[in-house]
Amino acid sequence: MSPPVLEKTFQASDPVLQDTETFEVNLGPQHPSTHGVFRMNVKLEGETIVSLKPVMGYLHRNHEQIAENMSYLGSMPYTDRLDYFNSMSNNFGYALAVERLAKIDVPERAQYVRVIMAELTRLVNHVSVIGFLLNDLGAFFTPVLYAFREREKILDVFEEVAGSRMMCNYLRFGGVKRDLTPAVTERIKKIVRGFPKFLDEFEGLLTRNEILCIRCQKVGVLPYDLAVNAGITGPMARASGVNYDLRKVDRYSIYDRFKFKIPLGKIGDVYDRYLVRILEMRESLKILEQALKEIPAGPVMNPKFAALAKAPRNFKPPKGEAYGRVEAPKGELGFYLVSDGTAQPWRYHVRAPSLINLTVLEDLCLGHKVADAVIILGSIDIVLGELDH
Amino acid sequence: MTLNQNLSTVESGLKSELRKKGIVIATLEDFYNWGRRSSIWPLQFGLACCAIEMIATACARYDLARFGAELFRASPRQADLMIISGTVTKKMAPQVVRLYNQMPEPKYVITMGACSIAGGPFIDGTNVLKGIDRYIPVDVHLPGCPPRPEALLWGITELQRKIDGQEIEKNEWYQRGLKREFPIPEFGPKGLIPKFNPDVWRPETASRRRERYGDPILLGKKTAAPKFETFGDPNVKVGTV
Repeated sequence: MSPPVLEKTFQASDPVLQDTETFEVNLGPQHPSTHGVFRMNVKLEGETIVSLKPVMGYLHRNHEQIAENMSYLGSMPYTDRLDYFNSMSNNFGYALAVERLAKIDVPERAQYVRVIMAELTRLVNHVSVIGFLLNDLGAFFTPVLYAFREREKILDVFEEVAGSRMMCNYLRFGGVKRDLTPAVTERIKKIVRGFPKFLDEFEGLLTRNEILCIRCQKVGVLPYDLAVNAGITGPMARASGVNYDLRKVDRYSIYDRFKFKIPLGKIGDVYDRYLVRILEMRESLKILEQALKEIPAGPVMNPKFAALAKAPRNFKPPKGEAYGRVEAPKGELGFYLVSDGTAQPWRYHVRAPSLINLTVLEDLCLGHKVADAVIILGSIDIVLGELDH
Repeated sequence: MTLNQNLSTVESGLKSELRKKGIVIATLEDFYNWGRRSSIWPLQFGLACCAIEMIATACARYDLARFGAELFRASPRQADLMIISGTVTKKMAPQVVRLYNQMPEPKYVITMGACSIAGGPFIDGTNVLKGIDRYIPVDVHLPGCPPRPEALLWGITELQRKIDGQEIEKNEWYQRGLKREFPIPEFGPKGLIPKFNPDVWRPETASRRRERYGDPILLGKKTAAPKFETFGDPNVKVGTV
């Protein structure tokens, strides 16, 4: 049987196809691949994006306003809910800001515990982000299953030390809430030993995957200049070749004691962002290994401020301002505090990396197809709790 | 809809006797409800932090598939269950109600987390809706911030118990000509209009509060804040006036 012959085949030069009009599509806010409640107004020419306008505010929870009506310690649990993938990093940033404001010293062991927790959080974040990125690519839930298997192991550690899986509320001004027991330390060591094997498995599935390469390479290229001018930080900037990592630049806490490298990308496309995250995880494991080896014994809380948790309203830092920043897994997370000498901060501002990294979304998406916009958004790695705070 | 056990007309002794011989007796309702509760399709849509725990529940360790509810649908037209996972802001509330209206009957709602129940930790925020049950009926409330995955599993099984107890003929969604459209709130100058849907939710009256809790607040007298410094001292009563 011969194949059916079409009466007329359309050529690209046909006037019927040439005469197109722009079409507006609304993506979100309940769209599953917008990572929460984020909305994009996309104008399309055929399937190509002509303009893209983000609409935010669907998860605006008055974070700063609530914090300004609250004692300093009272906002600590709220910082967990900023970027709900990595609550430990958020706590770290806030604790640093307040410690700078009130000039609180942190014991040696607590510094190590903080670094260990922050790096574990980075593993949790990057592994989930890669899972979700593949989810957006169409590998429905299979990479997420691998990613969440590892995530659960780390969350077990968080639960054991902090009492909660996600919202840890673990750091205090001048230390951490509880000491690491030997059992927990053993468990972390076990995770650190087993993680490279998982990463090899994960990379074996993904890195050379043909579909992943075709979909991600040369898509959403962020040039070096734009990354610097727009204030992009975190893995996204490093994928564009910007050598900026607060752990090296600011050397907060005790990061100057560890030996690790900063992976940098060359092109700045989605694929580079994926690879930078994988390499960062490997570097985090190096930091964890060194920290676990060097961790000293001793108190985990500054004894002067140990009673603070029971009477948070009595904690009144001197007048002044402070800015504490950490290299959160998504970028530079900063907390700006102004104190007027009372128990509440006069001004509390969050420099949210998700929000600032998102500002280049339109530049990245222009000229690409609609399906690519979803991947680009996934590779920027936003979390709506932090974006809207 | 109330939670009531489905009473079978067949005597239980006879039932077990027959089961030994390999004969199973069940009513049509039993089979119908068994089918419905064993394949709940939730709506795939996350609002905030709790959505991550929802995903964790669907993943390998907690495995929501054991309860037949693993198939998350991105379209409300194909979903039976709406898991409201996270804070509902006033900007988002109209979309949530609209999504609920788009779901086909019978439909169920689980509110996951303190935020969607009553505002949770963000209740002081001017932009946060103090409970989604003001606009849509809710079947199961799951407290927690966020609830553990086990809690979500408990919520699903609790919903299954509720489905088991429903009678086909008496259910409102089975009646002819049913049209359940919940009015979608609109943005007004001071928050949403209307403030709540009176068919679904009403503010508690003072008398009802008194019925439940008595008179907790002494009128005309100001209560002092508890002295936090005296915590741990057995001689001092904390929170006394």
